[in-house]
Amino acid sequence: MPTQEKLQDTGHMESGDARNTEAGQGYLPRRLAGLNSASHAANGPREMIMDVRALTLAYGSKVALKDVNISFLKNQITALIGPSGCGKSTLLRCLNRLNDLVDSVTLKGQIMFNGMDIYDPIINISELRKRVGMVFQKPNPFPKTVYENVAYGPRIHGVGRKGELDGMVEECLKSAALWDEVKDRLHDSALGLSGGQQQRLCIARALAVKPDILLMDEPCSALDPISTSKIEDLMVDLKSRYTIIIVTHNMQQASRVSDYTGFMLLGEMIEFNDTPKIFQGPKDKRTEDYITGRFG
Amino acid sequence: MKELYRTGDPLIWLTGGALAFSLLMVVGLIALIMYNGLGFFWPKDIVRYTLADGRQVMGQLSEREEIPQFGEGKKEPLWRIKVKQGNRDLYGADFIWINEADIKTEEKPAAAIVLERREWGDFIGVIKAVKDGATAIAAEPAEGWKALTGALAGQRRLFEEARALERDEVGAISYDQEKLRLANRALKLKGAKDDDPRITANLAGIDKLHKDYEAVMERVGAIRAKLTWTVVLTGAGGVEKELPLYMIVRAVKPNELSVFGKAGVYLSKIWEFISADPRESNTEGGVFPAIFGTVLMVMVMSVAVTPMGVLGAFYLREYARQGVFVSAVRIAVNNLAGVPSIVFGVFGVGFFIYFVGGSIDSLFFPEALPTPTYGTGGILWASLTLALLTVPVVIVATEEGLAAIPRNLREASLGLGATKFETMWRVVLPAVMPSILTGLILAMARAAGEVAPLMITGVVKLAPSLPIDGYFPFLHMERKFMHLGFHIYDVGFQSPNVDAARPMVYTTTLLLLGIVLALNLSAIVIRNKLKKKFATSAV
Ligand SMILES: Nc1ncnc2c1ncn2[C@@H]1O[C@H](COP(=O)(O)OP(=O)(O)O)[C@@H](O)[C@H]1O
Ligand SMILES: [Mg+2]
Repeated sequence: MPTQEKLQDTGHMESGDARNTEAGQGYLPRRLAGLNSASHAANGPREMIMDVRALTLAYGSKVALKDVNISFLKNQITALIGPSGCGKSTLLRCLNRLNDLVDSVTLKGQIMFNGMDIYDPIINISELRKRVGMVFQKPNPFPKTVYENVAYGPRIHGVGRKGELDGMVEECLKSAALWDEVKDRLHDSALGLSGGQQQRLCIARALAVKPDILLMDEPCSALDPISTSKIEDLMVDLKSRYTIIIVTHNMQQASRVSDYTGFMLLGEMIEFNDTPKIFQGPKDKRTEDYITGRFG
Repeated sequence: MKELYRTGDPLIWLTGGALAFSLLMVVGLIALIMYNGLGFFWPKDIVRYTLADGRQVMGQLSEREEIPQFGEGKKEPLWRIKVKQGNRDLYGADFIWINEADIKTEEKPAAAIVLERREWGDFIGVIKAVKDGATAIAAEPAEGWKALTGALAGQRRLFEEARALERDEVGAISYDQEKLRLANRALKLKGAKDDDPRITANLAGIDKLHKDYEAVMERVGAIRAKLTWTVVLTGAGGVEKELPLYMIVRAVKPNELSVFGKAGVYLSKIWEFISADPRESNTEGGVFPAIFGTVLMVMVMSVAVTPMGVLGAFYLREYARQGVFVSAVRIAVNNLAGVPSIVFGVFGVGFFIYFVGGSIDSLFFPEALPTPTYGTGGILWASLTLALLTVPVVIVATEEGLAAIPRNLREASLGLGATKFETMWRVVLPAVMPSILTGLILAMARAAGEVAPLMITGVVKLAPSLPIDGYFPFLHMERKFMHLGFHIYDVGFQSPNVDAARPMVYTTTLLLLGIVLALNLSAIVIRNKLKKKFATSAV
């Protein structure tokens, strides 16, 4: 696929501010055009849903993301890997503007979503976060009942009818493969669930607002292997309806579940490609070192 | 030695010892108060002492102590006793000290009775005769006792009936009269002439009410005329006294009572203590108005302090930009908790009473001036003053609670598209509720025990009426009120009859402790329920 070749090129653009801003203006729209026409024929629709362009982010004076370019394709799972502290979570939290909560953040570049820059002042942040859901590293259910956890998002967005809510809660819990385990304790505290169940509840909660994209920040790092594999299966199931972007520490996980993988190092996107290509034939020496376990 | 030091045992002993010492002090304090307070209502036997010089004293033993002796050499210890002889109107004092060496004989006459009176304290003596008007009913102690107890309830009911008429009907009439009078003043302030039809109508109303008043007083007089029963009593030393029956609150014959009988009297006295109005400048009767005032004041204070403190804490922790200024505010708030409470009282007088209350009066109650309505001490101002005093406690507790809420809980909510306000309302506020209640518990405990600022913002020794009654708007927040803490001070140290009142101090203290405890316990129960409901994630 031509797109992938080009995306991979961006990985090599390590420095040179002038070139990057140029690329940010001229290069990406071309890529967008190519993507839509070329990919339809071979692998069905490969529509781009979110496009990060020349994103640079600093916490105060500490630069955490340097000129990152990456495109996320619809109904695909994209994995972000890299050693800790390389900026994976930071990148993910840019995509739903959760970084706005940190006072010291400054940011340059664009993130296009549905043809609009999400950092445009006219963007409604609530609406954006509704469309771009997030699952966190540590399961963080609200200290409410299972039912109320799932119903939280719909209620916020104005669904009040009991019947409608009941249906949504059931549907989301089923989508998150949790229904059978909790259907008899919907009105018990969510904190009584096991860690893996809590994490799936968080997924159900995120699904309940009908997002387009699901961001997952190391969703399995606090879980045991069985819960982990349940969540991995779930991700593959959800792929047909949602676009998933997952940060993971675990390379096996990335290779098992993802379609595309991006490797980050020290705030830069080093290499981005089809998952098999990253794991079998990385172009960049640093990617290879990381994958083979030489550092990280 | 070094070995011992390294095991750490001394530290265990030291810390354990310190804890034990503190507990001992608290338990000792409570035990002392309980001992002194709870024993007060027990009806003691009446003893008749015949002294060496032939004098007789009859009364209830209340204390025994060693007489201090000076000079060289070991001496036989000498004791003296304090006897409650009652009959203050005849003897001048309720209590008398007797040296034990002077006592020749002591006996417990079966016929001795103690009468609790509406005035002059207890009477201790023996019945000589019981009369209904001029007719003699009984002329001998045993028969007299029967006649007395038989007629007492009826006479007392009549007396209460007359009092109730005076209080309720006459009260209602004067309330209406006052309303008409104020209406006239208001009309005149607005420029109405003396011959204005509204004014003459009001005056006619006042006249009609005065006629009603005379009719009620006639009924009262009719009832009073039936209060004819009297009892003639002899006290120790041969003194005699004739007493109307309606003046007697309670008649007890302790020397003939079994333990159960005494327990019955004991319980009825305790019930009177917590449910009745005070008598005889607070040294007798109950403390119900003070209980009521204390509880109501604490509740009004809670209602005022909670939103104030919680909103303040939310602003400081959630909205204000953290920096030097916010830190300075935080330090100031924390230090406010250490400002002497009388300072808050002075502020309450200056700000709430004179400024706010005065403005309310001149805006809404000009016709009542110069008599202030809100521009004087009252339960509202006292409660608000205490709310100011305790607001730092609530702020600090709430802020600590907010800081302890995990960030990822807020992010979970924001990540679902909730606004900051929705997140505060639906996630943060419920999760911080237990901390808010903790703050409130501390605030209530502080407020219930505070007396100094209340003395200048609305507490009185004897309030004419409760802050709640049947007249619109039912809750009269401008009224003065009674308070247990002030009651303790007043009864124990300001009353004309300190000896008789001292045990009341302990009882009232016990009650105040009990109320603080009850208020705290209920808040703790609510908090634990909430905690269970909102327990933060264990993962
Ligand atoms: N809120 C923050 N304030 C300041 N620095 C931060 C903050 N969050 C992350 N960082 C820094 O940014 C860098 C990237 O962090 P992060 O995105 O969390 O890495 P990763 O998820 O890849 O482990 C790290 O060096 C981290 O210390
Ligand atoms: Mg991370």
